[in-house]
Amino acid sequence: MSLIARDIHLRLGRTDILHGVDLTAPVGRVTAIIGPNGSGKTSLLRALAGEIVPVSGRIALNGLPIVGMRPEVLAGHRAVLPQQSAISFPFTAAEIVRIGLTSVAGDQIRQGALIGEALAAVGLPGHAGRLYQELSGGEQQRVQLARALVQVWQPVVDGAPRWLLLDEPVSSLDIAHQIAVMRLAADYARRGGGVVAVMHDLNLTGMFADHVLLMRGGRAMAEGAPAEVLDSALLSDAYGCRLRVGEVPRAGVWLLPHSATL
Amino acid sequence: MVALDAPRGRLAGDRRHLGRALAAWLTLLLLAVSVLSLGSGASGVSAAAVLTDWAAGRDLAEIDRVVLFDIRLPRLLSGVLVGAALAVSGAVMQGLFRNPLADPGLLGVSAGASLGAISAIVLGGLLPPSIAALAGWHLVPLAAFAGSWVAMIVLYGIATRQGRTSVATMLLAGIALAAMIAALSGLIIYRANDQQLRDLTFWGLGSLAGASWTKLGAAAPIILAALAVTPFLARGLNGLALGEAAAAHVGLRVQRVKAGAILSAAAATGAAVAISGGIGFVGIVVPHLLRLLAGPDHRWLLVNSGLLGASVLIAADMISRSVVAPAELPIGIVTAMIGGPFFLWVLLSNRRVLDA
Ligand SMILES: Nc1ncnc2c1ncn2[C@@H]1O[C@H](COP(=O)(O)OP(=O)(O)OP(=O)(O)O)[C@@H](O)[C@H]1O
Ligand SMILES: [Mg+2]
Repeated sequence: MSLIARDIHLRLGRTDILHGVDLTAPVGRVTAIIGPNGSGKTSLLRALAGEIVPVSGRIALNGLPIVGMRPEVLAGHRAVLPQQSAISFPFTAAEIVRIGLTSVAGDQIRQGALIGEALAAVGLPGHAGRLYQELSGGEQQRVQLARALVQVWQPVVDGAPRWLLLDEPVSSLDIAHQIAVMRLAADYARRGGGVVAVMHDLNLTGMFADHVLLMRGGRAMAEGAPAEVLDSALLSDAYGCRLRVGEVPRAGVWLLPHSATL
Repeated sequence: MVALDAPRGRLAGDRRHLGRALAAWLTLLLLAVSVLSLGSGASGVSAAAVLTDWAAGRDLAEIDRVVLFDIRLPRLLSGVLVGAALAVSGAVMQGLFRNPLADPGLLGVSAGASLGAISAIVLGGLLPPSIAALAGWHLVPLAAFAGSWVAMIVLYGIATRQGRTSVATMLLAGIALAAMIAALSGLIIYRANDQQLRDLTFWGLGSLAGASWTKLGAAAPIILAALAVTPFLARGLNGLALGEAAAAHVGLRVQRVKAGAILSAAAATGAAVAISGGIGFVGIVVPHLLRLLAGPDHRWLLVNSGLLGASVLIAADMISRSVVAPAELPIGIVTAMIGGPFFLWVLLSNRRVLDA
């Protein structure tokens, strides 16, 4: 069981965005997609989510091709946290999270409890009644995460793993909440689910990822264990700035910019 | 830690109980306004008198029966259907465009319906008699529906790109569309004879004065069918508030929701316009008030818009009949006098969204 992309070619408008990307995201692991701005991370994640259809290539979720899968069925297999979200009406946090339950059967009381649990899980236990528009950027991001979480709350259903596809889940969060959210993702994987997260913070990637895809210019530069991919030379080349990768006892890999200049 | 308030098992921030309670109150309001409306009018027949007669088992006087059943009742039912149709279309369009300013009257959808209806009235005689007979009284509402549907498709096509609606484009496109349609309607009106002209003028300002069982019978099935579809759109419109992509992520069939919203709003607007002409602002004021009271969850918003829209329109009709009695104001003037300032207020309170 895994989330597999093979030779994905993607075109948006008149631009070719992805030029033959492969990814094998194993279940029970956190897979990180890293790479510079515009390298195609979001585009790949959107393709994995079934949101945009590649020109060619195959994507299989737990062994099933996602092309042509009905939306409500797909929704039972994976939840998606987009990079950006704009809400058009004054919904409360709880009402936003409830939208994540659109394709989930269940009675009112259970669903209410689930919404409360999800908000607590992202560290917003007292915020159910707050208007989304009046929350801070980081709080909004965590409400959206809770909305994705309730959709696939149990990591395994009928023996099949479910997937969280997260596009920069910690981009607006303070350091404590970054760690809390990454632990949530790691815990989801440990309980048998799958997680694919687009990441910009390479240190968090080093701490939490079990599998890493490094992208540049719509291509995969490297895929493998963090120890192989988080490599000084490879990263310096990919990002175009000098990076030094070191080891910190117990925390694992640790990266520092080489200097304040490029 | 679960944010439940224990005795009732209700989650904080879930406002559906408010929507439910509001629905009960609005039903009572509609009943009250309806009774008032039945009992008021130029002829001086009072509902109370009729009710006491009826309760006492006395027969109604012939004149009372005519006033009540052939004049006031069809007018009341037309008001209920038109008000509900306009308010629900407004709420559906706002959900579809993800914008509280979307409104059939404002964006040329009602104008499209008018164009359809005017064409049917003026040019209907040019149709081969067999077709005209087939469509019969339904010709006007069906043509109005077609007009509003085309306007809606054009508008949505222009204003929405890759699942995003630009507020500026939507409003400007709506204004341009309304102006072009009005010009076309003007051209067609040139072909009208004197009688048609008088009908069209009064009808163009919006009025229930021409309400009759025949008109109602032709438009009611379309409005009722459209209103019956909207509850099935509620979850979809909630999801659309997150954007099209996220709506698809949670398992919604976005294209189907959009098609359903466009069809039902166009059908309801078209048939309402066929009865009463263009009546503005109901579609924008009613849903906005309800969102302030019970939140934007469409599962109650749509139902409550129907209830409140009906009451508002009947009330406006009573005002239009009484301020210059025994003459009558077109109801569109009443709704515009009240709705115009309200609309400006909505605009100002949404400034942040609009300027972004
Ligand atoms: N809808 C679109 N139409 C045309 N080009 C697009 C579209 N979306 C993205 N692109 C282009 O595709 C490339 C990859 O974009 P993508 O959003 O996948 O990058 P990313 O790796 O997620 O970047 P970031 O780190 O900034 O989020 C960019 O060059 C972008 O300009
Ligand atoms: Mg991105």
